[in-house]
Amino acid sequence: MTITSLPTEERAPERRAAAPRSGAGRRRLYQWLFVAPALVYLLAFFGYPLVRNVLMSFQEFTPRTYFTGEAPFNGLDNWRGVLDNELFGDALWQTILFTVGSLVGQFTIGLALAVFFSRRFRLSGVIRAVLLLPWLVPMVVSAVVWRRIMDEDHGILNSFLETLHLSGDGVPWLSSPSVALLSAVLVNIWIGIPFNMVILYGGLQEIPRELYEAAALDGAGPWRTFRSITLPMLRPVVTVVLVLGFMSTIKILDLILALTGGGPADSTQTLGTLTYQLSFLQLDFGQGAVVGNVLILISAVFAVLYLRINRSDNQQGR
Amino acid sequence: MLRTPVNGSPTRSRARRAWNTAAALLILAVMLFPVYWMLSTSLQPHSSIASADLFPTSPSFENFSAALDSQGGSLVTSLVVSLGAVVVCLALAAPAAYGLAQFGLRGSRGIVFGTLITQMVPGIVVANALYSAYAELGLVNSYLGLILADASLGLPFAIVLLRAFMVSIPTEVVEAAMVDGANRFTAFVRIVLPMSRNALITSGLFAFLFAWADFIFALTLNTTDDVRPVTLGIYQFIGAHVSDWGAVMATAVLSAIPAAILLVVAQKYIAAGIAGGSVK
Repeated sequence: MTITSLPTEERAPERRAAAPRSGAGRRRLYQWLFVAPALVYLLAFFGYPLVRNVLMSFQEFTPRTYFTGEAPFNGLDNWRGVLDNELFGDALWQTILFTVGSLVGQFTIGLALAVFFSRRFRLSGVIRAVLLLPWLVPMVVSAVVWRRIMDEDHGILNSFLETLHLSGDGVPWLSSPSVALLSAVLVNIWIGIPFNMVILYGGLQEIPRELYEAAALDGAGPWRTFRSITLPMLRPVVTVVLVLGFMSTIKILDLILALTGGGPADSTQTLGTLTYQLSFLQLDFGQGAVVGNVLILISAVFAVLYLRINRSDNQQGR
Repeated sequence: MLRTPVNGSPTRSRARRAWNTAAALLILAVMLFPVYWMLSTSLQPHSSIASADLFPTSPSFENFSAALDSQGGSLVTSLVVSLGAVVVCLALAAPAAYGLAQFGLRGSRGIVFGTLITQMVPGIVVANALYSAYAELGLVNSYLGLILADASLGLPFAIVLLRAFMVSIPTEVVEAAMVDGANRFTAFVRIVLPMSRNALITSGLFAFLFAWADFIFALTLNTTDDVRPVTLGIYQFIGAHVSDWGAVMATAVLSAIPAAILLVVAQKYIAAGIAGGSVK
């Protein structure tokens, strides 16, 4: 369907541009038509949802809304409802724990691997490439596999721990409210390591080798070299990795739904899963929109912080 | 490499390299164990109730035929939707990226910035608002609806990546073609697109992978099983009856195949995409 409809959309520019005005104005119009389709799409699939969500958060949606089409404005009722809901506070806290835990783990291990793979040895390139696989497999699929691995009674992880005598009677990875969030973090660290590693590895290769030679001449040890040369030189890349990681982690939904379904006892609910639950399971799209707006607000604050850091970096440096 | 051993003999450094390779292989084994486990479980018959063996001693493909029976259609759906998303994505991104890179339009910096910012909009928020709009437009439970939504996962990335490449195309190349009588759009199709081949492949690849991995839109924009990609299929699979883990794992293997193939065939493009997409 799309395949046939698209060419006409693209050829439309020529026809419309035929309406002559001044030469330069006509050319400008024609040039804008290259950009227009994508712009319209972005506005429809990102701009519109952003605005609509704000409106929806002040409207009353019930399971009947989609038959009657009525969603009357109800002031701050949705916001009050969400803020009074204990689950919201829990989900917010769990989102923070999940995001921070994932980022710390992914970044530390990713950086360690990036440094390790910067050594020259055989098969380094091939192994680095194959390590990307966990990141390329659909997240739901990874989560399903881990769900099996972390199964309390039949999972390979517990049988492995028992063989090593590290744990006697099986860790309730996914079945205990006090462990499940940690398990979700561990799985997400596993998923995120390849991405962190590849980008940080790229950043490491950009650092001029002379700096290391100079440091070696000055008698700096490996740790000193890492702290005084590698980390400062890597800073821009580190910021990018952490910001991108933050943006993608805070909104995660697939992983948690497939791994724990938000449970047990809501112990792995995050803002993402809560939005889904309110809107698509309870059909209260108004309250779902409230949680979604909170999610966007948090992302926006970080985006602004990131831009600030970037700008001050640019002013100091180049 | 970073610290060349000053007093190390060649044999010693060769031994060290061998150790590094061994350590790297160990890291690989640990990191890829879940993938191995998925494959191993899927090859074992009746691994459903008891825990599976570490190695599939008597491999069988019965799980795969069970998986294909129940999820074969979902795999086809995933393929159709993902390819559709790639087409939409590239058809929108390529001209836009060219326009933003070459025309010096007023506001194009703002548009590029806005495109970058869209990446922070959570999918579930988009879905939340999109559902009402889709319900009004009759796009719920439709291929077109899911293709359009999935294209949003790859479009910002494609625009940014293609624009970064097209900035470096010299204007003279296109102008020369236009002197020969081609209009700007024909010149774009005949000159710019072939020159951007690699960037197009990279962004198309990622658009495919993003759409293939999509779960949120499949979950929220479908209320029936008419359009059910494999990510949704496997999710319903574990929800309904977790008794047949062999078949679930076989489905997982089948749904991971595109990623594995692309990793082997298109390694170069994937590396380029990760580098280009993250470091502005």
